[in-house]
Amino acid sequence: MNLLFIVLLPLLGALLPPLAIRFGRSASAWTATAITAAALLLAVEPMAAVFAGTPAEAHWPWLPQAGLDIHLRMDGLAALFVLLILGIGLLVILYARYYLSERDPMGRFYGMLLLFMGAMLGIALSDHLLQLLVFWELTSLSSFLLISYWHHRSDARRGARMALAITGAGGLAMLAGFLLLGHIVGSYQISVILDSGDLIRAHPLYAPMLLLVLMGAFTKSAQFPFHFWLPHAMAAPTPVSAYLHSATMVKAGVFLLARLYPALSGTELWFFVVGGVGLATLLVAAYTALFKHDLKGLLAYSTISHLGLITLLFGIGTPLAAVAGVFHIINHAIFKASLFMAAGIIDHETGTRDMRLINGMWKYMPHTATLAMVAAASMAGVPLLNGFLSKEMFFAETLHLAPLGSFNWALPAAATLAGIFAVAYSARFIHDVFFNGEPIDLPKYPPHEPPRYMKVPVEILVALCLLVGILPALTVAPLLAVAAGAVLNGPLPEYSLAIWHGFNTPFVMSLIALAGGIALYTQRQKLFDFHDHVFPFPDARAMFWVAIERLMDAAQAATRALENGSLQRYAALLLLAAVAAVAWPFLDSAAPLAGPVPAAPIDALTLLGALVMMAAAVVTTVWQRQRLTAVIALSVVGLVVSLAFVRWSAPDLALTQLSVEVVTIVLLLLALYFLPQRAAADSSNLRRGRDLLLALGVGGGVGLITWAMLTRPYTTIANYFVENSLPGGGGANVVNVILVDFRGFDTMGEITVLAIAAIGIFALLDNLRLDMPATDGGGRPWSSERHPVVLSQLTRFLLPLALLVSVYLFLRGHNAPGGGFIAGLVTAVALILQYMASGIEWTRQRWQVQYHPMLAAGVLIAAATGLGSWLFDRPFLTSAFGHFHLPLAGEFELATAMLFDLGVYLTVVGVVMLILANLGKLTQRSAGEGGA
Amino acid sequence: MEALAALTLAVLVTCGVYLVLRARTFPVVLGLSLLSYAVNLFLFFTGRLVTGAPPLAGGALPTADPLPQALVLTAIVIGFGMTAFVVILALRARGELGNDHVDGKGDGQ
Repeated sequence: MNLLFIVLLPLLGALLPPLAIRFGRSASAWTATAITAAALLLAVEPMAAVFAGTPAEAHWPWLPQAGLDIHLRMDGLAALFVLLILGIGLLVILYARYYLSERDPMGRFYGMLLLFMGAMLGIALSDHLLQLLVFWELTSLSSFLLISYWHHRSDARRGARMALAITGAGGLAMLAGFLLLGHIVGSYQISVILDSGDLIRAHPLYAPMLLLVLMGAFTKSAQFPFHFWLPHAMAAPTPVSAYLHSATMVKAGVFLLARLYPALSGTELWFFVVGGVGLATLLVAAYTALFKHDLKGLLAYSTISHLGLITLLFGIGTPLAAVAGVFHIINHAIFKASLFMAAGIIDHETGTRDMRLINGMWKYMPHTATLAMVAAASMAGVPLLNGFLSKEMFFAETLHLAPLGSFNWALPAAATLAGIFAVAYSARFIHDVFFNGEPIDLPKYPPHEPPRYMKVPVEILVALCLLVGILPALTVAPLLAVAAGAVLNGPLPEYSLAIWHGFNTPFVMSLIALAGGIALYTQRQKLFDFHDHVFPFPDARAMFWVAIERLMDAAQAATRALENGSLQRYAALLLLAAVAAVAWPFLDSAAPLAGPVPAAPIDALTLLGALVMMAAAVVTTVWQRQRLTAVIALSVVGLVVSLAFVRWSAPDLALTQLSVEVVTIVLLLLALYFLPQRAAADSSNLRRGRDLLLALGVGGGVGLITWAMLTRPYTTIANYFVENSLPGGGGANVVNVILVDFRGFDTMGEITVLAIAAIGIFALLDNLRLDMPATDGGGRPWSSERHPVVLSQLTRFLLPLALLVSVYLFLRGHNAPGGGFIAGLVTAVALILQYMASGIEWTRQRWQVQYHPMLAAGVLIAAATGLGSWLFDRPFLTSAFGHFHLPLAGEFELATAMLFDLGVYLTVVGVVMLILANLGKLTQRSAGEGGA
Repeated sequence: MEALAALTLAVLVTCGVYLVLRARTFPVVLGLSLLSYAVNLFLFFTGRLVTGAPPLAGGALPTADPLPQALVLTAIVIGFGMTAFVVILALRARGELGNDHVDGKGDGQ
């Protein structure tokens, strides 16, 4: 349970600092501190278990059928990262309290920082690949927000976009890799995957899977050639860099390498890709770092270089190298976080980060200078500091590599070269900033020591550098042992964390690196000239922006080509695509189109009906410009459709279709009053021919599919409904029982949709102004007799009869054709007749019903019926029914489903009347205006 | 009989699609209505062409498949809602834009 709260606490707590800022900046900082500290306290208990040898696990089922559950697990590696994330997080919170200026919105900063922290903890603790990926993307998103924290600066926005684009793209590749990995193993649970290493490595999909997963890890950890986003992310406030770009986010990539190490490593491919990329990153970034004049730029490239070192260590693939990799993760996090903080202090106090300007800081801030120099020495790998220990292990591991054959001298040489550059850029950091004469044109002068508490986090980290460097066995050894044990997923190799291993080759390499680095630094001016003039290194950032611009241009061109604002064109393209998508599998398949079922004979009446229907459809189309004729022809099609329902045993459908047909035609006639009744032909022959071809394609396709379906044997899933209709639903009309009982929830959704459509229509009709034609299309004036006497008298007489019929249809609906839908439509038709025959005013005076409340009542009654079953501890919409005996009336049946059906009835009446009565009102206004 | 049913649907869909592709709102509404008839009939036909056996439980004989019928029943009513919405949308467009072109372009443009 603790594990879940470790992750949730920062994620949910992210909301609090922005609220707490009302009580002052310190309140906001304290809130963030308290949340982080609480998460750290929660982590104590599972960590104790991890150190005792049993990983803590937690599991909550969510969708077990799909293998999607919440799996959390804390083993040694996860414990190490939780410690780094929360520990350095606490220091960064303290640091940021003094770093951010009065103008910066601090609450937002802490909120986003906590969000990021929770996401990072989620990555560390996830025991499920897809769950890990969700947190992975969450770190990309929250780091985007953090990098663009000063969003008024364009470099911050661009840097954030670049980071998001690169890490987001990597995340997508990784998702594909994870899906493959899950497919290979048959489980997404990481602890299962770690035990399936042999299966994974032998699988034919191993290579693509590995490359995709590595894409994610490399982009996140800024490995060559995706490294260029990290220096641009330095536009972030320095606490963000100290946290994200030293200890946490960029470590997520190497964390993934370490996490999946037992499952993926141990192949040539792994060795060459991971090792090769790591080596390239190590060298390129160490070289580049030396030439950066920006303080944070130097640190950024140094970070990339160290990440390359860690990647290379995992790539080497020996157990000892993996131990060294884990060790360097710890050491780098400690010294690089403190260096970033020191750089932030210098930036804060001098107003610039340009090392050509900042010189001689030793005089102004000796305390900070001492701290920064110790940390930089650790970065360079000077003995007695923690960086030295892992670097020695790294040098030792490069010495014995079988896969390189006769080139086995190359790796130690490259490692030493990288070591030389590391010493050189560390020396530059120390010498350029703290010595090297006097500062030049500082924006803030004279610089002085920062506030006391701003240095505390740096002091703690530097103290750790020394403690780990001098007393490794007493400090870091247990943590390293559990973490490395988790990475190896097996026994640990023999290693010793002593400071002095004798005068051996790695020590010689260290000495060469130190001496060479200092020598290189003294000759830096020549090197700078060489770098500036001779070495036009391809600018990855420029290439990235060019690529992005091209992509945007292509996207816009595609959009312009496809989206020209013509609905006809969209519809045509959509239909064409549909025809192609449906036809494609048929073209490939060898199966005959017609099925084995013999054709039934055609009777004359059916043939006649079909011919009438087809003829009416064709008439509708051909005479579509004579719009009244087209509507009449359309109604013929509708009538034959209802006859077809009668012909093939669907009385409910026939009744529904018939009554809907009436209201539809009334609607279309009303609409036609406001639209041109005749239209000129305005399509070219070419377009008509093209549309006809497309229409024939779609129609022919539908016909063929229908034929293929009807000639195939038939199985139904409806037997359950037929068998349980009477015993379970208490009704003999299975269609109605399905609607109001078995699938009542669907019906509930459907009447809600209807209600929404009616409200939408009401909104569209609101304030609608339309030109009222004074004459019909032929120039004839409208009839002066607006309400013919015969019609109005007849409809008044018919109304009670029609209502009676609808009540009858409603009541019998459960057992015989009828029901709420049909009864509602019949009622609506009867009411509309009154409006049409006697006028809206006349009807409104006698029938004072508002249709909105009716609509609402209908939906609410249906919902309440459903909720009612909860009172009896039954699922939503369980129906009950019983048979009752009344004297005189005899046996009758009541079912709660009828109440539901009443809701349906009211909704349908409300919808139809709301639409038609309001549309009718428009004509009344015009008639009033026109007649006056 | 099966071929006749298929042919009828083909004609309905062809006419419907052709009308949907017209440039004025009213034929589009007509076309959508024709398409809904066709789709409803198609769904209904998935229960096959059964004569004289309405889906009423309690009898001894097998009945027509009630499931497509239930689907189609609500589809008819929803189809009315949709038609009404499109019609009113067309009216509103005419009121706002002064013409009945589907893209809202005036006759002169």
